[in-house]
Amino acid sequence: MNENDIKFLEDSFKKYYFDHFDQIRVPDRTSEREFGFQKFNYGMTRHISLKDDKELHLLLMKNIPSDVYCSNACYSFPNLPMNEKDWKEADLIFDIDAKDLNLDCRINHTVSVCTECNTTSTAQKQCPKCNSTKLEKKSLPCTNCIDHSKMEVKKLVEILVDDFAIDKNNIHIYFSGNEGFHIYVYDSQFQDLGSRERSELADYILFKGVIPETFGMKKFKPNRSSFPDFAEKGWRGRFSQEVYGSKSKRSKIISELITDGYSSFQSTLEGLTERIGVKIDPNVTMDIHRIFRLPGSLNSKSGLTKTLCKDVSKFNPYIEASFLDDKIVEIMADCPVEFKLKNKKFGPYKAEKITIPTYAAVYMICKKLATIT
Amino acid sequence: MLALGPDEIAKYPFLADAGQYLKDKGFTLEQFGTDPDLKSLIDKAFDRIEVAADGKVYKSDLIADQVSKEAALPREVFSFLLAIVLLKLSGMHTLIKRFALAEARRAEKYLERDLANISDESKKQLAIRVIDDLFSVQVKKQDDYFVIPVSDYLKHSINFHEREWKLINRHVENGHVFLTPHETVRLIRKELGTYINSKIVNAKTPQMISGFEEPVSKLVSLSKKFATSVVTTGEYPPCIKHAIDVLEKGENLPHSGRFMLATFLLSKGQTVEQIAPLFKNAPDYNERVTLYQLNHLAGTSGSGTQYSCPSCEKLKTQSLCFAIPECDNITNPLQFGKKRVQ
Repeated sequence: MNENDIKFLEDSFKKYYFDHFDQIRVPDRTSEREFGFQKFNYGMTRHISLKDDKELHLLLMKNIPSDVYCSNACYSFPNLPMNEKDWKEADLIFDIDAKDLNLDCRINHTVSVCTECNTTSTAQKQCPKCNSTKLEKKSLPCTNCIDHSKMEVKKLVEILVDDFAIDKNNIHIYFSGNEGFHIYVYDSQFQDLGSRERSELADYILFKGVIPETFGMKKFKPNRSSFPDFAEKGWRGRFSQEVYGSKSKRSKIISELITDGYSSFQSTLEGLTERIGVKIDPNVTMDIHRIFRLPGSLNSKSGLTKTLCKDVSKFNPYIEASFLDDKIVEIMADCPVEFKLKNKKFGPYKAEKITIPTYAAVYMICKKLATIT
Repeated sequence: MLALGPDEIAKYPFLADAGQYLKDKGFTLEQFGTDPDLKSLIDKAFDRIEVAADGKVYKSDLIADQVSKEAALPREVFSFLLAIVLLKLSGMHTLIKRFALAEARRAEKYLERDLANISDESKKQLAIRVIDDLFSVQVKKQDDYFVIPVSDYLKHSINFHEREWKLINRHVENGHVFLTPHETVRLIRKELGTYINSKIVNAKTPQMISGFEEPVSKLVSLSKKFATSVVTTGEYPPCIKHAIDVLEKGENLPHSGRFMLATFLLSKGQTVEQIAPLFKNAPDYNERVTLYQLNHLAGTSGSGTQYSCPSCEKLKTQSLCFAIPECDNITNPLQFGKKRVQ
């Protein structure tokens, strides 16, 4: 990214941080958390400890970071190197990202930026100009992606509440600031679990590693009565709804499943993983030392804010998470697909000079699809 | 410490304070070596170890957790305590390990029976308390099942590699996992073994006692049977082959895959300079960054921590596992191709 672009982004980010201090709060148990940040074109600075909102605001003003992070873990000494921090516990966290959902719409709003010659295109494999295969993919907003991510969030919350008895008030859902959602679980029985245990929890939620016996199917002489029923809780109940469809079909479908045999049942389960498993990123959930994007901070992939969703079903990130101002700026835009922010349509632009509100300019520059003139 | 009745001490002798028990019964260790009436107990203790070394569970004189005759009960406890003395005197760690495991399996049987006991509530309560006191697992009875909090379940089940123990293959409801008595006890087998093992390891080694020399020297020769050596085929496991394949084709290997490949090769003794070229075809290759990251993993820069290759379980979660029969239940890719020979 060139210096003018960085200066423009830093000015815009600084203004946001100055105008919206009320939105950027340190989490509970502040002094036990590790904070970190990145600046545009710089690596990560981490192992920082902060006392309160005031110190955080000072850090933001002094450094104008592109991204700000805070640990889900609590430590005795958050500012020491990792193995001296003395890990105490960590909130359970989940990341649901539209890019992991294998949606058909992706191809329509993904732009490739060639890392060799900087050409922007909608090509998926090769740069149309220099034939390089080194392409950086940038995705632009799409309501379909957000709607599907929301469905995954809903499925996740259902499992957390029904299977793991987590109080709904202890589940906080945030729009990530780009294309997905971050879900936090506070004060649960899982606070002190290590990474391997959390990986098991992730597999449970992903519906991964499941064996036919769990659903009553055996290699030899399967017994009809051990197949799941509608009234059952947990995955057996969800299996019933998905595989039988209705109570009247249960008996017939069990007969079919038994006739088709064990290995066919196994493939049925694999198909189910894709359909009923919740598509969380397991790497995030099992990381107990992660510094996770700080709520209220800006995401440098978009210039949008990581925002708390009070009612996720009604939440529109491309209106409610866009807080940068409307001041008109001039940019050179090379953005082959259309996008919508604050209810306004933008693009496509074919390497042209345009005047545009700051929030949209930041959005495109963050995606490397425009530069300031 | 739990208050134990004589029955319980015979079933769970590792819960007893050994020195105190001998004192209460009015015996000293020396007596066992010299008194011809007590000497048979040393033979019994030796048998108990020998059976364990064979991977079997010692058959006690307790029948259906009733003592066949009054005198059998202290014999049960003495043979256990004397076995520990013999093991300590021999100093053979392989035997201690095998003994602890076999004793854990034996105790497991009693725990399971006590848990499932419908007629005697106090037996069930004792088993539940043993599990809670020793392993901090809170078991509650619910209908025909025992339920334990999901978090407690996970802390223990991650030691198992069989798929049936994965949380996804369990009945989970309301923050709890539902288990049969057998499964409840099976869940703590390893910890039970570790507990007994640590009790033995931490016990004081007495001076050689007259009359103990012969069984001790027999134990030393017995332990030689279990010496093993390891041979390696040198072939890469399928997960590593797959990762190399992906890179060679110039396709994108996720961060977790690169981490696995690099840590694996570093553990196999390759240098950062030998590994770096592998990543050349990656769509986002940057030599400076690759070298920086490899040095970080090798521990030659940064915090100095050398990162180890992730476990098979972790790789499964990350969709990086492509297990083949030759993987043969290994738990880390680094174990692939290693065979123990006796």
